[in-house]
Amino acid sequence: MTVALAFEDLSVRYGAVTAVDSVTADIPLGAMTAIVGPNGAGKSTLLKAALGVVSKAGGEALFFGTSLDAARAKVAYMPQRASVDWDFPIRVIDVVLMGMQRDLGLLRPVRAADRSFAMECLARVELTDFAKRQIGALSGGQQQRVFLARALAQRAQLYLLDEPFAGVDAKTEAAIVKVLQSLRDEGAAVVAVHHDLASVPVWFDRVLLLNRRLIAVGPVGEVFTPERLRETYGGALPAMQIA
Amino acid sequence: MGADFVVLSLVPILIGVLAAVSCALPGNFLLLRRQAMMGDMMAHSVLPGLIMGFLLTGQVSGWVMFAGAGVAALISALMVEAVVRLARVDPGAAMGMTFTTMFASGVLLLELTGASGVHLDVEHALYGNLESLIWLDAQGWSSLIDPVALAGLPPELAQLGVVLAVLSVLMWVFWRPLVMASFDAGHAAVLGLPVGGISLGVVAATAMASVAAFTAVGSILTIAMLICPPATARLLTNRLGVQVFLSIGVAVLSAVIGYVMAGFGPEWLGLSGAVSAAGMIAVTSGILLALAAVFGPHRKAG
Repeated sequence: MTVALAFEDLSVRYGAVTAVDSVTADIPLGAMTAIVGPNGAGKSTLLKAALGVVSKAGGEALFFGTSLDAARAKVAYMPQRASVDWDFPIRVIDVVLMGMQRDLGLLRPVRAADRSFAMECLARVELTDFAKRQIGALSGGQQQRVFLARALAQRAQLYLLDEPFAGVDAKTEAAIVKVLQSLRDEGAAVVAVHHDLASVPVWFDRVLLLNRRLIAVGPVGEVFTPERLRETYGGALPAMQIA
Repeated sequence: MGADFVVLSLVPILIGVLAAVSCALPGNFLLLRRQAMMGDMMAHSVLPGLIMGFLLTGQVSGWVMFAGAGVAALISALMVEAVVRLARVDPGAAMGMTFTTMFASGVLLLELTGASGVHLDVEHALYGNLESLIWLDAQGWSSLIDPVALAGLPPELAQLGVVLAVLSVLMWVFWRPLVMASFDAGHAAVLGLPVGGISLGVVAATAMASVAAFTAVGSILTIAMLICPPATARLLTNRLGVQVFLSIGVAVLSAVIGYVMAGFGPEWLGLSGAVSAAGMIAVTSGILLALAAVFGPHRKAG
């Protein structure tokens, strides 16, 4: 098992509140891992702290055994859809090309090969026909798929997704799962902050249960148990969700 | 149009255009990053610096005054950071506190030092002295190739020219990181782009444009040109590159129409005299924005 991402004693504090408390866990390549826990459990914060988007109060995150700076080319991040302004005056294809910034640099013109690779990424999320639309003209699910296409354009080995299934339609859900599974089958590590407990055993191989501190991490069959979930959700778990 | 035009109107129009375009360029990004308040802040905070520059040299224009305004812009940016961290208020409120304090201290400075008696007063701080930036050394169009006459051009022209050139080159070189960090700062940071530095760059560019424009056209026009042309352009297109070029066009149009209307508008209405050019340019840009808001093809629904 090759470790793509290792949280080592990682903590985050907002003022006096401890949002993430000394989490240590390994995320392997070739698997889809769900990060699961109640609202305010620090799921998104854990990813953002590892990526340096929010500052760590302690501990560290190692990417492929090294620092994020040394491994950036292998890491793709898909933020929550609500984190950006979708009225921004830009087309779908231009957002996907942002994923290729490491190749494009400051002034290198976008060549036909770049454009056709961006179109391939759009095809994988079934948005070929939308390349020239303004992003604000898309539905929420389509916008989510644009973000996924931008992540694909990075040709990474570790994909960190913040709530990729939040508020999307069934078609988008199926399209995103298909793409993530194909990435996994190609050997990449996929990590998603996830809310719908019922779909965890169906889609994911591994699960990381989090409620500020780490409850458990491992294969779904071993870790995704009613006892552990009750521990994670502190008894606030609706019975039907454990089915 | 003859010698009179060259002496009296050519330079003010050019300065108006350069100031408008210099402000419109960073204004595009202030608008997209929802930092329009930053324009208000920069356009007001520079006043005490300008006055200090004036007190040091005794001249109402020149590079020392320009540098003083730059220092004031820098101090105000640091003040906002300090207020946000120490007083724990949101950045908009911190800016509101900072720029009113800076501008008011500038007004007090004017009165205390007696600088207000000499051509530099609160009115000029508000709407500049565009009409007075005439080219006394000019004889006619031929003066444009006469080194002696060119040396007598108001220094505001050269200042704005340099600022506009610098801003244009910076925007061209850093276009991609600017767009990426403005659209999705989190994603840009993970890719390794220095998003903090880019934010600082946008503030610095706004400060540069404000300082250069303020000395020539005052705070009202500076604020108007930072926001109105980009906001108008946004309503006309859904593509950022096109928006920037359209904002330049709107800025030029506002400056030229506004200047001409200020000079001749009252006469056409049967009134005597002229009105403030900077004021009329700002009003023109507001009217263009209103027209775009009503007729523009890319207004937001609802």
